[in-house]
Amino acid sequence: MLKVALRQPLADFTLDLSFEAPAGVTVLFGGSGAGKTTVINAVAGLMRPETGRVALQDRLLFDVKQGVWLPPHRRRLGYIFQEARLFPHMTVRQNLLFGRWFAPRGAAREDLDRIISMLGIGSLLQRHPAALSGGEKQRVAIGRALLSSPDLILADEPLAALDEARKEEILPYFERLRDELKIPMLYVSHSAAEVARLATSVVVLKDGKVQRQGSATEVLGDDRVMPTGVRAAGALLEARVLRHHLDGLSELDAGGLSLFLPRVQQDPGSLLRVRILAQDVILSRQKPEGLSALNILPAEVEQIRSGTGPGAMVSLKTEAGRVLARITRRSAQALDLAPGAACYAVVKSVAIARSDVSGTPQTEA
Amino acid sequence: MSWLGPEEWQAVALSLKVSLWASLLTLPFGIFTAYALARWHFPGKQLVNGLVHLPLILPPVVTGYLLLLTFGPQAGLGSLLQQFGISFAFRWTGAALAAAIMGFPLMVRAIRLSIEAVDPKLEDAAATLGANRFWSFVSVTLPLILPGIIAGTILAFAKAMGEFGATITFVSNIPGQTQTLPSAIYAFLQVPGGETPALRLVVVSVAVAMGALILSELLARRAARRLGGL
Repeated sequence: MLKVALRQPLADFTLDLSFEAPAGVTVLFGGSGAGKTTVINAVAGLMRPETGRVALQDRLLFDVKQGVWLPPHRRRLGYIFQEARLFPHMTVRQNLLFGRWFAPRGAAREDLDRIISMLGIGSLLQRHPAALSGGEKQRVAIGRALLSSPDLILADEPLAALDEARKEEILPYFERLRDELKIPMLYVSHSAAEVARLATSVVVLKDGKVQRQGSATEVLGDDRVMPTGVRAAGALLEARVLRHHLDGLSELDAGGLSLFLPRVQQDPGSLLRVRILAQDVILSRQKPEGLSALNILPAEVEQIRSGTGPGAMVSLKTEAGRVLARITRRSAQALDLAPGAACYAVVKSVAIARSDVSGTPQTEA
Repeated sequence: MSWLGPEEWQAVALSLKVSLWASLLTLPFGIFTAYALARWHFPGKQLVNGLVHLPLILPPVVTGYLLLLTFGPQAGLGSLLQQFGISFAFRWTGAALAAAIMGFPLMVRAIRLSIEAVDPKLEDAAATLGANRFWSFVSVTLPLILPGIIAGTILAFAKAMGEFGATITFVSNIPGQTQTLPSAIYAFLQVPGGETPALRLVVVSVAVAMGALILSELLARRAARRLGGL
């Protein structure tokens, strides 16, 4: 358990927050300039806040009141930076082993071979960072942090500098870190997609304050939490794989409702998270017939929120969980939608991207 | 080197000795000063920066005279050091001190530029991996600034080989003690028939300077290749 309380005046606002990060992956979620990096750097000891306290398990890393401030090299945290920050004069192997020189003798050691094979970097060991692609660099950086025997992994937008394909290449490694190594992780991100894939718990930051904290399902189902705009808004459903059909679809069970998705990799029986983007959901008052979309979920309107723009965010309660739908205000009026109204949420199977489907964190189960 | 007369050979050997000591002994101070100027914020930083660069701008005669005032046998610091057996007056050590002071700004400049080119974020990364400041400097920063260190040392060496004004003012021009290559050339040119030995020393001077430049280029290229990793 990581406990953080900080106060630090910044250029535009004062960072003033406290939160606790349980086991698993805690994502610090917020738009740019919300203070996420300041928080993670304060935990790492790369920045010294005015007041506050940071404790990891029973170890006090920083406490202004008690005059405690451990320098970064004594905190035993593995930091994965946005830009890899590999040492250019060392080979991949030397980079990986760098932290080992400094790890205390008694520290639990991650096995070098296991990490190398987990990250698939066995063929890169003799190369220098200059000869690696962006995705390869980031995998080596993950390995380097893990091999320093850290008590906690810190990751500051480790995917932000990569293109979409590379992101898809790296994300599964973070999932494996979470599920196989069980090292607690504080992960900074501005991407709802990454929250959906990785988070055991989410801390939403806005202007230096904690706006909301909860599980990924709770936080992403809350339409008020949209740090990066409405386009990224989308609720998370938890569903279990029932069977794979011959026509390339997988059938999932979400709270008794059937969901059809393009073929998922996971075996029948696995519990998955499915992120459904609000803008991909269509609402209908009558049960639609003769429609190509395969997923039609009976729903009840919980809330409708709209601003000055043409759009409205409708929050729906279904047997499968909360679903967000983004429609126009005109449609909301035309359909006479109001809290309590019954309707159907329609989701095309092919609208659900493979990257929006992932295994649930095992720590949560 | 039989084509050099004994007096000329003496001057060449003395110059090499003086320059080698001057450039190697100042190296740790040069790295420290360059690091402090590149990375740290402290009160009086501009003053330190100015002092380091002063010998570059002052007339060398003035630097030599100031050295005489500070380290001469009559000066306080000079007589204090003499009690510990360290004497600069009219000895080759004085020539080395003068050469070191004159070459120091060039060395600091070269090393400072190379330190500023190293991303401090790499040092942060080393710290999070458990390296304290000393080890992160030794294992990350130092190897990365090696080309700058080589360039700075060779610049200081070349400057020391050519140092004349401050040396002759501080420790005079005594054959075998303080008569370095430039002083010897100057002395030969003062007497009739001295042009030939002077010209021979000029040839040596040019050869040493070219040799130093080529060596620094080779070493820096090798270091850069190692860093580039290709």
